Amino acid sequence: MNHYLDINRREFLKGSAAVGPGMVLGLQLLPAQNVFAGVLDAPSPKALQANLFVGLRPDGIVEITCHRSEMGQQIRTSVAQIIADEMDADWNRVKVIQALGDPAYGDQNTDGSKSITTNLMRLRQMGASARAMLIQAAAKQWDVDPSSCTASNHQVTHSSGKTIGYGDLAVAAAKETPPAAGQLSLKPKPEWRYIGKGPKSIDMSDILTGRAQYGADVRIPDAKVAVIVRPPVVLGKVKSYDAKKALQVPGVRRIAEIPAPKQPLFFQPLGGVAVVADNTWSAIRASKLLKIEWDKGDNQSYDSDSFKQDLLTSVRNPGTVKFAQGDTDAALANAAQRVEADYYVPHLCQAPLEPPAATAIYKDGKVEVWSTTQNPQSDIGLISQMLGIDKTNVKVHVTLLGGAFGRKSKPDFSAEAAYLARETGLPIRVQWTREDDIQHSYYQTVSAQRIEAGLDDKGGLTAFKHRTNFPVQASLFIPGATDPLPHELVLGAHVTPFDTENFQLEMGSSVPAKTRIGWKRSVHNIFHAFAVQSFADEMAHKVGADPKDYLLRLIGPDRVINMVERGPEFKPYQMLANIYPYQTGRLRNVTERVADLSGWGRKLPKGRGMGIAAHFSFLSYVATVVEAEVSDAGNLDIIKAWVVIDAGTVVNTDSVKNQCQGGSIYSLSYALGSQITMKEGATQQSNFHDYQVARMSDSPLDIEVEVVDSNAPPTGVGEPPTPPFAPALCNAIFAASGKRIRELPIADQLRS
Amino acid sequence: MINITVNGYPQRYKGDPDMPLLWYLRDMLDLTGTKYGCGMALCGACTVHIDGRAQRSCVTPMSAIKGASVTTIEGLSENGDHPVQRAWSEQRVPQCGYCQSGQMMQAASLLKTNKSPSDDDIDAAMSGNICRCGTYPRIRKAVKAAARSLAGADFYDATSTAQAATSQGDQIA
Repeated sequence: MNHYLDINRREFLKGSAAVGPGMVLGLQLLPAQNVFAGVLDAPSPKALQANLFVGLRPDGIVEITCHRSEMGQQIRTSVAQIIADEMDADWNRVKVIQALGDPAYGDQNTDGSKSITTNLMRLRQMGASARAMLIQAAAKQWDVDPSSCTASNHQVTHSSGKTIGYGDLAVAAAKETPPAAGQLSLKPKPEWRYIGKGPKSIDMSDILTGRAQYGADVRIPDAKVAVIVRPPVVLGKVKSYDAKKALQVPGVRRIAEIPAPKQPLFFQPLGGVAVVADNTWSAIRASKLLKIEWDKGDNQSYDSDSFKQDLLTSVRNPGTVKFAQGDTDAALANAAQRVEADYYVPHLCQAPLEPPAATAIYKDGKVEVWSTTQNPQSDIGLISQMLGIDKTNVKVHVTLLGGAFGRKSKPDFSAEAAYLARETGLPIRVQWTREDDIQHSYYQTVSAQRIEAGLDDKGGLTAFKHRTNFPVQASLFIPGATDPLPHELVLGAHVTPFDTENFQLEMGSSVPAKTRIGWKRSVHNIFHAFAVQSFADEMAHKVGADPKDYLLRLIGPDRVINMVERGPEFKPYQMLANIYPYQTGRLRNVTERVADLSGWGRKLPKGRGMGIAAHFSFLSYVATVVEAEVSDAGNLDIIKAWVVIDAGTVVNTDSVKNQCQGGSIYSLSYALGSQITMKEGATQQSNFHDYQVARMSDSPLDIEVEVVDSNAPPTGVGEPPTPPFAPALCNAIFAASGKRIRELPIADQLRS
Repeated sequence: MINITVNGYPQRYKGDPDMPLLWYLRDMLDLTGTKYGCGMALCGACTVHIDGRAQRSCVTPMSAIKGASVTTIEGLSENGDHPVQRAWSEQRVPQCGYCQSGQMMQAASLLKTNKSPSDDDIDAAMSGNICRCGTYPRIRKAVKAAARSLAGADFYDATSTAQAATSQGDQIA
């Protein structure tokens, strides 16, 4: 990147520590831990790269690069744990550098709960490689055989007893040839010192003192703030606008139009009119004074109320068979008993507490961006396309993400900043308001489902027919698409583990999307797990069985479900079945353990009930029990929840627990009150008063979590705890009150 | 002209009197620890202390705080060791951390007037602060731990230390 941009970065990094005239708060003595973090810190010029992920500094600090985005899952800490462990580094001499967007790191898309799944082995190898290079360098210096040397706690020791520290070896080690992958020796699990422990976030101190830098916290000299008014309807266009009043607001510098996107929408900005001002307040004020006439386009016919009725009707008619075994229709016809139910879940918005924000500088055909992005390489691709410049001329820094939940894997906001920086010639920070976030998201799709089951006279499952219908994610990439991408069915439908010979999965009839469909934490598992796990409870009650016992009976004997047999395109979560077999025994195990943990079956006071659900997603197994109370007036009180997760090998045990608690509460939000509705193509909600999310008073006092100790390969953590919570809660409500919830959100259904 | 003090330092403001304190702090003073989340006092991310009490800076115009003393997360303690900050660290509350400065400012304000808040008190005081990561159970524990600390008790009693050890796994180093 050119000189100008680098100078700017140094300037702004310096500037970000200052807090205003005469104030030195930013320079106060920092707790020691903080020296080693700071999300926008660049690698030290003195660091010598042992490999892509490990830098050695002569002062002994090891710089570990995290190439995944931090959004609360503690990936920066986890990457450091993995590498520091294998290279025998001292935890207190480790510093984490946040990677720029760069294909050299491989995939950086921090999405799909796969950072540890796809990187644990690779990062261990990077650590082990650096350790080997340090040992080789020491052996050379001592003129001894490397096999007579060992590494531990930041130093190399020879069998004679002499030692040398990593700092003193940095220069020499960086010149060593890294060992071939096959020659690396990795530590056996019992020797791990950091992996599988629960250290604090390396960013803890920054977060607790307000120094942590998120997207909107980036301060670049002379940067202006842009607030954008976007078309109220997706694929709408600006017909004309009058900015006279907006321009009269003090501090407003420029008005700029952003072009409307062309199909396919992909991650392109929605277009609209931007106000560029000296500060955020001026930009927000002026944006409200813009008079814009819109050409609303075809999607203005979208009315989510009538769409809901259409969806619910469509799932009562035969759909396209996506997977079938046995003869489900015949078995249903011959069943001694039948259970049927329809389920509905509305559009949802991710609503991370930090709305999208990005800063861009454009100069001489090059652009430098700071963004709260889940996937900086996607920012690079999109910006290069929108600006018509080569990818090598786009540099993307990743800040901390103030929550993301899938929203920030679509970098439209970064492209808006880059485009406006070029159009205005000014450094630009784009700030989305909460209203922008709620009204212009890539929504989790709306869905209707119908499940029909046949049971024999002993209550055993003989047939299971699941029809799902929803506007597909595929529509973001293929205009008008109505056929789901294969993974859309893997997300909770195609993986139903119930033990029956007759199983049929169908997709309902064509319903084109009329808004941007995206993905939200745990994606279609949200509605698929809600339906399937609620339905399991309905079947249990139909036959008078204990819901936990019946769920275990449905899961059936321990076996491996061959997903490829269910259709080669349904490779679960893009991983290999021989490494990640789908084992019903693990689902049974978490179900049994969560029942034990929660004291399932104990006597409860009147009005109180427990509900259970178990679900496989992102290759992990999670079971949840919720205890809830419903008063005669229909007031809901969630007493406590219990979660057991089997995510294979885990790196940061405390973060896994925190994700299980938080993922449950994320589910609680959409179970209780969240929903996006549309009229005339426009979103009706705008902020947290009408897009309701869980608060302290809604949440259980405690959520107890058990993490299964496992030697299996690592699997997802960020998303799997979310799907089972909502059905476990609704099953608890049924147990407490006899009211069956088949439609989310619960809202005031308990009062009717 | 509006005179205020921010984290103990005097400041003068001559701009639009309608500007909310939030944007003054973030854009004029570069005190970015105070966060924007909603602009309507619905989420609490922007919580600061005005004359010692938790307030939503996103709906507090500069004209309303003439002569006031404002404390932000950057000024809550000199070394990041306010009992609330220590409790947040020990309980490993944050996930993404974005809401936590507002949560801590709210909690610190609560503990000034209520030395031993019950669960209901915590619900009442903290439910205006949204955490989308869902750290509420940990926030609750941290508020209680901070209360014990402020009461002069050992920062953690034996029970909670034992619980922390089992619930959080071994610490590194």
